[in-house]
Amino acid sequence: MSRSAQKFHRSLLAVAVLGASLSLSVQAEELRLLTWGGYAPQEVIDQFEKETGIEVKVTKSNNEDMISKLRATRGAGYDLVQPSQDRINGAQKEYRIYKPIDLSKLETDHFIASMLDATKKNTSVDGKVYGVPHIWGTSGLIANSSQQNLSFNDLCSDDFKGKVSYRLKRPTLIGFAFAMGEDPFAAYNDQKKYAEILGRVEQKLIQCKDNVKAYWSGGDALINLLRSGEVTLAMGWDAGGWKLHKETGKINFVAPKSGALGWIDTFALPAKGKNDEAAYKWINFVMQPEIAAKITDSAGNFTASVGAENYVSKALSNSYKISYNQASLDNIKWYPPVPAGLEQLEGKTLDRIKAAQ
Amino acid sequence: MLRFSGKNLSFYLLLTPLLLTLVLLVILPQLDMLIVSLRERISYGEYTFSLLHYQEFVNEPFYWNTFLRTAVMSIMATLITLLLAFPIAWYIAKIAQGRNKSLIFLACLIPFWVSELVRTYGWMILLRESGVISVFLQWSGLASGPVEMLYNDITVMTGLVYASMLFMVVPLVSTLEGMDDSLVEAAYDLGASTFTVIRTVILPYAMPGVISGCIVVFMLTLGNYLTPTLLGGKDSLWFTEQIFTQFITRFNWEQGAAFGVLLLSLSSLIVWLGLKLSGQSFKKAVAS
Repeated sequence: MSRSAQKFHRSLLAVAVLGASLSLSVQAEELRLLTWGGYAPQEVIDQFEKETGIEVKVTKSNNEDMISKLRATRGAGYDLVQPSQDRINGAQKEYRIYKPIDLSKLETDHFIASMLDATKKNTSVDGKVYGVPHIWGTSGLIANSSQQNLSFNDLCSDDFKGKVSYRLKRPTLIGFAFAMGEDPFAAYNDQKKYAEILGRVEQKLIQCKDNVKAYWSGGDALINLLRSGEVTLAMGWDAGGWKLHKETGKINFVAPKSGALGWIDTFALPAKGKNDEAAYKWINFVMQPEIAAKITDSAGNFTASVGAENYVSKALSNSYKISYNQASLDNIKWYPPVPAGLEQLEGKTLDRIKAAQ
Repeated sequence: MLRFSGKNLSFYLLLTPLLLTLVLLVILPQLDMLIVSLRERISYGEYTFSLLHYQEFVNEPFYWNTFLRTAVMSIMATLITLLLAFPIAWYIAKIAQGRNKSLIFLACLIPFWVSELVRTYGWMILLRESGVISVFLQWSGLASGPVEMLYNDITVMTGLVYASMLFMVVPLVSTLEGMDDSLVEAAYDLGASTFTVIRTVILPYAMPGVISGCIVVFMLTLGNYLTPTLLGGKDSLWFTEQIFTQFITRFNWEQGAAFGVLLLSLSSLIVWLGLKLSGQSFKKAVAS
């Protein structure tokens, strides 16, 4: 090897070492967060960065997308993710995309105890906990009318013909099943029974497909449809309904007669996350009541943080009080963990509904 | 034994990027898709070889119905695009002169300066119930109530044709430009009618351009995802949408991969049939 070539190699090595050390130092200061829109408002990120020096990089996503992304990389690319509590167990058993959470690193006093316990139970695999609760909310109806006594069945009624929208996803199937007097959650572990229920829901949804204006796929698309008056009754998230209530004073979220469907979005650690310490710091940071209230104002949903409701804006708690009384709160149906195989059945049902003319 | 020296070396060096792209980005992923499509999940993280996902496609009518619908609509969109693009291409290649020529060409090109998503949303703003056209119709008294023009097949077709116009115009212009005008004049001199001139002189000459334009447009339309989903609404049903759903919302990569492989092979089959029926060779179409 000539001298110049040797020199060249040495400088190349130096650059490589420098690059590696640089990227190491950058990683130590970074938290890559995969979450839902509104769950990490800029104000909170800035405050966190100021207090800890850790830079937060946010990617917005949804349940299916989170699992797909982590599955493709076998759990790499992010340090903290926020799937719903019912979607962790199955995904962990199937794809091994998460690592257990060390509860001793969390200030568990900040969590509402009942919600923490329920989430721990639902996200456990082989005795290890994979998720802690962050934000909870419900799916129900968003109505452009003063009627309070609505059920999912009204999505099929002639009063709203051509003015209806819902998602072609599993919550719709489950909501309709409850409205038809079934208990799909009780049938979760009985595939035959569950398939039977799905069959009836499918029939009903195909029959009243004419009622549907469009199937929505993103929260913003739904809000646009409702705001423009093109849709007057929709199945949707409470936060969307409250946002519209603040804007219009007329449209609001209604808990359906058969009970709203309750979900809890969690914190989970991806299997190949690189900065767990930062992830724990972020969780502890956002669970402080004042910070949690800021997130509630941005996301429109309430958190599992103790005492946060005292800091939440008036308008939101007013909309909330119109939508819910104690009875409808008690009637919320919380999603149990989804057993394997069910989503295949549901998928085919949804495909058939979509394909029906 | 290969000897990398001089001219030989530069040839291989120049070829490497192409080969790398082909192997790493086209052939390997396709092979992986094929392998994924041929396995069946039996338990958590356990798989076995099976043809289940191909059987599923055959046994469930709504899967192949969707495919059939996608293929038929794509063929229709290709033909409509051809009918609309031919006069435009003829005008650009033969009639327009100088600045006009580049202006018209530019007019065809400009819509492609914004992304497909933005263009599709543009259509949605125009056509929705509370959109521009509906409001105008009500204002002018032509319609008594809001008119919904979104979410039907005609809208999807319009969007598809609009999105593929350029890809038909460009190859047509380049073939037509190469045609000697005296051929057309000679045909007229010999007493041919306009129809005969088009049928026996212009079309045969433009055929390679027509074929390559049709192949590109057909493939683009068949593989389009945004336009049918956004404009089609609840009845959109496009095969690529099925693939997306299987991969992303159902986590059923095996089924999605099987659909992907089927889409590739079935669309290749349709293109091959089209070439056979029109008596053209793929080589000639590509060369144009």
